[in-house]
Amino acid sequence: MNATDRPLLRVERLTKRYGERFACQDVSFDLWPGEVMGVVGESGSGKTTLLNCLSARLGPDGGRVLYNTRHQGMRDIYETSEAERRLLMRTDWGLVHQNPRDGLRLAVSAGANIGERLMAVGARHYGEIRQAATDWLGRVEIDEARIDDLPRAFSGGMQQRLQIARNLVTRPRIVFMDEPTGGLDVSVQARLLDLLRELVASLGLSVVVVTHDLAVVRLLAHRLMVMRQGRVVESGLTDQVLDDPQHAYTQLLVSSVLQA
Amino acid sequence: MSGTETGYNYAYLDEQTKRMLRRVILKAVAIPGYQVPFGNREMPMPHGWGTGGIQVTASIIGPDDVLKVIDQGADDTTNAVSIRSFFAKTAGVATTTRTEEATIVQTRHRIPEKPLKEGQILVYQVPIPEPLRWLEPRETETRKMHALSEYGIMHVRLYEDIATHGRIATSYDYPVQVNERYIMRPSPIPKFDNPKMDMNPALQLFGAGREKRIYAVPPYTKVKSLDFDDHPFEVQRWDESCALCGATDSFLDEIVTSDRGDRMFVCSDSDYCGDRQAARRKEAAE
Ligand SMILES: [Zn+2]
Repeated sequence: MNATDRPLLRVERLTKRYGERFACQDVSFDLWPGEVMGVVGESGSGKTTLLNCLSARLGPDGGRVLYNTRHQGMRDIYETSEAERRLLMRTDWGLVHQNPRDGLRLAVSAGANIGERLMAVGARHYGEIRQAATDWLGRVEIDEARIDDLPRAFSGGMQQRLQIARNLVTRPRIVFMDEPTGGLDVSVQARLLDLLRELVASLGLSVVVVTHDLAVVRLLAHRLMVMRQGRVVESGLTDQVLDDPQHAYTQLLVSSVLQA
Repeated sequence: MSGTETGYNYAYLDEQTKRMLRRVILKAVAIPGYQVPFGNREMPMPHGWGTGGIQVTASIIGPDDVLKVIDQGADDTTNAVSIRSFFAKTAGVATTTRTEEATIVQTRHRIPEKPLKEGQILVYQVPIPEPLRWLEPRETETRKMHALSEYGIMHVRLYEDIATHGRIATSYDYPVQVNERYIMRPSPIPKFDNPKMDMNPALQLFGAGREKRIYAVPPYTKVKSLDFDDHPFEVQRWDESCALCGATDSFLDEIVTSDRGDRMFVCSDSDYCGDRQAARRKEAAE
């Protein structure tokens, strides 16, 4: 069995408690190369806790997160060293925060924001780093002339696109996204979603995207998990879950009673 | 050897503090470029005067030492004079302005132009020791970054320099990598002096008083200035030569000589310049 016969990420009975309360409980799924998994639920459903556990930022109380590493096969990310985890996070993995200010370095230029991950893995040719930054600005539809501007001079939508470029420049295999369109105007959201969908498809990215917005998963996610009170209450192909919800809670979500 | 006629303990610091500092220095020498924290002992001078360097010197100096103190390359500034007289009084040591006679050189802003020798110790006064601080305010995080050699952001800073100025414009306190491992701030010396740190026969000790850190470059240790392949490290160069001694290979200070804005360039290292002037006079007399 070679690496491509295995999922990129395997989540086994993942559980995280805060005191007596289960923030997420017994969550299991496989994420395959090129696949986009959507996780929906209201705030407090455990979806953000789940994302933090998956992206190596919050140790779970039970269960495992296995990642199919390039050279060592499936490894429990919480049994790797902190050095290995941090290296993964700036090479193989990407993390898109809801608030781009949490994911950008606001005190350095757009070009440096994109180039940082390249320099972190040893790029030492200024001209090549700058060329990569220029290319990525273009790919996320930011005018190349803005390369030396500070991100704080950018609109919210541009900041979010810059954050995405900053993550994708090292060609990660998995990108974790937390409400990537949250806080943006509706028209800006639509443009960002189109861009994300195009990038995910053209790069063959695997993505876990957490959101309360069903429009986001409708457009991006191949598969969907619906979370409530820390548990997955329903999962399946996105269109099936959204068009023919089986669980009463999902039906409520879809009927947008809970959407206001 | 405690107590001098001045009533102070030898070299001002009590023996326990000096032993603690020596242990810190030994650890710093064992891990080149690594910042070792220490407990600070208040010195009878304001921080801006280089208390970190003074504490290092106080803990290593002995009665047979010969001390030179320079500030901006000169031995006769207020700062240099007062540190020199402090140790002459509290440690009873001989002092000198001549680099080759000194066993310990305490410095702010320069490395002497005359090459140092085995057995000499260069003590730097360091205002800000942490090279990663400019982008990462959290101490726990900078420690982790050092431990894991996560140094990408040092090149982010050089990238910004080139993007803004078209070249690496950083000219002082230019970051280096020591022994192919730790990134280190060399204190605010000009980058002109960076190559002198590399494979230097002398022991180099760095004391930061405010942040209570000591770090070291042992003799014959590799010290590399960070750069890009297509923007290699370069030192400052001048079209002029020293107006006093004619040197073309030393770090020059620009001095305004009149109200009309007349300027001249002279060596910042007054000992080096003085020797060259004396040699010229001797030559002219013969
Ligand atoms: Zn001169």
